[in-house]
Amino acid sequence: MFKIVSAEWLAPKVRRIVAEAPRVAAHHQPGHFIILRVRDEGERIPLTIADSDAEKGTITLVVQVVGATTELLCELEPGQAIQNIAGPMGKPTEIEDFGEAVLVGGGVGTAVIYPQAEALKKAGNKVFAVIGGRSKEYVIFEEELQAYCEEVFPCTDDGSHGYNGFVTGKLGEMLEDKSRKIGAVLMAGPVPMMRAVAEVTRPYNVPTIASLNPIMVDGTGMCGGCRVTVGGEMKFACVDGPEFDAHKVDFKELTDRLATYKEQEIFAWERLQKGHQCKLDQQEAACRASS
Amino acid sequence: MKPSERMKIPRHEMPEQDATERSGNFQEVNQGFEEQFACREAERCLQCKDAKCIPGCPVGVDIPAFVSAVSENDLSKAADILLADNVLPGVTGRVCPQETQCEEVCVRAKKGEPVGVGHLERFVADWAREHRKDLFEPPPATGKKVAVVGSGPAGLTCAGELAKRGHAVTVFEALHRPGGVLVYGIPEFRLPNIVVDAEVETLQRRGVEIVCDVIIGQTYTIPELLEEEGFDSIFIANGAGLPIFMNIPGESLKGVYSANEFLTRVNLMGAYRATEVDTPVIRPTRAVVVGGGNTAMDAVRTSRRLGADPATLVYRRSRAEMPARNEEIKHAEEEGVELKLLNTPIEILGDDDGWVRAVRCQRMELGEPDDSGRRRPVPIEGSEFEIPCEIFVVAIGTKANPLLTQTTPGLEVNKWGNIIIDDTGMTSIPGVFAGGDIVRGGATVILAMGDGKVASRSIHKYLMNGQA
Ligand SMILES: Cc1cc2nc3c(=O)[nH]c(=O)nc-3n(C[C@H](O)[C@H](O)[C@H](O)COP(=O)(O)OP(=O)(O)OC[C@H]3O[C@@H](n4cnc5c(N)ncnc54)[C@H](O)[C@@H]3O)c2cc1C
Ligand SMILES: Cc1cc2nc3c(=O)[nH]c(=O)nc-3n(C[C@H](O)[C@H](O)[C@H](O)COP(=O)(O)OP(=O)(O)OC[C@H]3O[C@@H](n4cnc5c(N)ncnc54)[C@H](O)[C@@H]3O)c2cc1C
Ligand code: SF4
Ligand code: SF4
Ligand code: FES
Repeated sequence: MFKIVSAEWLAPKVRRIVAEAPRVAAHHQPGHFIILRVRDEGERIPLTIADSDAEKGTITLVVQVVGATTELLCELEPGQAIQNIAGPMGKPTEIEDFGEAVLVGGGVGTAVIYPQAEALKKAGNKVFAVIGGRSKEYVIFEEELQAYCEEVFPCTDDGSHGYNGFVTGKLGEMLEDKSRKIGAVLMAGPVPMMRAVAEVTRPYNVPTIASLNPIMVDGTGMCGGCRVTVGGEMKFACVDGPEFDAHKVDFKELTDRLATYKEQEIFAWERLQKGHQCKLDQQEAACRASS
Repeated sequence: MKPSERMKIPRHEMPEQDATERSGNFQEVNQGFEEQFACREAERCLQCKDAKCIPGCPVGVDIPAFVSAVSENDLSKAADILLADNVLPGVTGRVCPQETQCEEVCVRAKKGEPVGVGHLERFVADWAREHRKDLFEPPPATGKKVAVVGSGPAGLTCAGELAKRGHAVTVFEALHRPGGVLVYGIPEFRLPNIVVDAEVETLQRRGVEIVCDVIIGQTYTIPELLEEEGFDSIFIANGAGLPIFMNIPGESLKGVYSANEFLTRVNLMGAYRATEVDTPVIRPTRAVVVGGGNTAMDAVRTSRRLGADPATLVYRRSRAEMPARNEEIKHAEEEGVELKLLNTPIEILGDDDGWVRAVRCQRMELGEPDDSGRRRPVPIEGSEFEIPCEIFVVAIGTKANPLLTQTTPGLEVNKWGNIIIDDTGMTSIPGVFAGGDIVRGGATVILAMGDGKVASRSIHKYLMNGQA
């Protein structure tokens, strides 16, 4: 069991969870992820390690509620525990001195780029971050990123904070700006965002790395469920990635495969809500009985 | 009892769950012997002086001795004898290919049917599970620490043997549950996971420590285990769990699974109990599985139980060449699985939404024998046809998983990525041993256990004398 040390909401449906996982914390490098099971009978889901503290033996996860398992996870409070945490998994980010590096984060993807920012800065880069959210309240990690970045550019779809528009708009402006010498773009976020960013950087020939998020089971290269096509070759994202050359990734296939369990996911979600309702009903009945 | 009387007793058939019924559930197919039948079956053993069956078993179970105890109805003694040589008898009794091992060389097989060694082994193991919760007297501690990588049959066997000798053993397992292929691959209807759990618990009572959620090569490396974590020796038994795909068009379509993924979802994650667990699996109305081994059989029978009708197995050679156990092929056919022999898939066809809709196959004929001595299948031009399906499962084998070997400098592997060992089981790194599928490529449970046993002896010598 892996105890939760702290947990708080960062944005609507986005929770930061710090959990005890000393073995993982001791070996964490930027780009790594873990696979967890919230409870017995639970699903194994991958989550990026947003931060770690080897001394305290803790790791930080930033989780967006999108379905049953993430909901169950985000219901946990400090003192409660996660059944299993295995990791660190995946290849670490290849950190080099690119001169100027731009990190692009969309939604919870911003948590993925945070440890990369620190490592890139330490490697001598001038680091910039372009981070997106639907509106102001959805932009996360802005302050934390300031510590390692020359500049952080928040972007909101509704213009309520920072740049008015998508991250691709801001990134496009930066690429056009001849005074900048952008050596690499690293990104994490929803697939449509990553696909669009790849198209924005392609004409400029800027090396662009995407952190992919296919459906995973074991995370050790055993099942092949996480396969993605990169440059026409089949790769297993959990062991060969999760980061790949964005200009070579078949994003359409990734989008498509992510929808495999749509029906079952809705079923699991409804079952969970019903379970919650039952619990509420029981509590109410117990209240009534005792009053 | 006189040998002539023993010879007269016919072999007892294993009672089975009705084929139509079982093709819709995940309960065990084989129901196990009643006590009186087990005794009768045991009486068939001639108690040979030079018992050929013993060397026929890779872990050297003293077959005549335990069988004799069964015939005397002394099950406690039978269990002691069996467990002394075999730490997973409930497993091997169910999944060993006995027909090519202990039972093949049984003298009674020369004239008629061999003694049902596997069935008896299962009987004793099941009895022990119900009746024996021994507290083991711990042997004097040697003060030596051994790490075992992987909790499949090779790792568990090696760990159990080392614990018996007083070494402190820690098994590191990448998944959340110990057992390897026994829990993630082999389905409940052949080997219930609780049987594996119980035998693992017995090992834990013997002092074996099992730590799940640790991936060697990621969480710790082999050099770290030796240099920083204080282990004196290591046994690597991480299996051969890297799925091979066919490299044909359409393998990224939704509904295409490796056998490993399909079986892991259903067995390890329990997806067949859709209302109780969170892990999904596609419930097909029609399924096609390609392959001819135990894995393919397990996958196609699993798809049948999830509702596929037809559930079709496509195999490129003929029935005689199928590597699966005879019993599995027979059971599959009884359950209504369709075998399409001498066929090979050449393309997976999808619909507009990216789902599998059919598999295009080509008929084959057998030509000249190849290197393996089996006749090589040759495609027949113009024989293509389609089989409609919602899921397509690739079960044509696995390779060595490179995750561990790549992070271990100095560890020698062959061109297929399998770890190279010497006669003692030691790898190119002193003190680091290996066995099971990572050395052999996909083999069997009992060969993996045999490797674990051989390595445990070498590790013991290495720890006590500094050389294996
Ligand atoms: C390497 C990697 C790192 C990730 N890091 C983060 C992170 O830091 N924070 C975060 O909030 N999310 C992250 N994700 C996504 C996260 O794993 C999914 O949101 C989660 O699995 C959804 O599970 P659910 O049961 O709540 O939702 P469901 O209702 O089951 O699914 C919602 C959607 O999530 C995806 N999904 C479902 N099951 C899985 C699975 N087993 N593996 C991967 N994706 C799945 C599918 O697209 C699905 O449509 C990461 C994914 C990967 C592969
Ligand atoms: C579906 C299927 C059906 C089969 N049916 C039969 C049968 O009926 N009879 C038979 O005799 N054989 C059968 N086999 C073959 C048999 O199961 C294998 O030969 C046997 O399990 C190999 O044992 P092993 O201990 O070498 O490895 P495995 O059983 O593969 O166990 C390896 C373990 O190591 C873990 N691991 C991997 N990498 C790491 C790492 N880096 N760190 C920590 N842990 C790690 C894995 O998660 C796994 O638990 C079948 C195989 C399959 C796939
Ligand atoms: S372990 Fe397998 S080979 Fe050995 S006696 Fe038992 S069934 Fe036969
Ligand atoms: S060879 Fe057959 S008959 Fe002889 S001891 Fe072994 S099991 Fe019994
Ligand atoms: S998650 Fe199973 S191989 Fe990557």
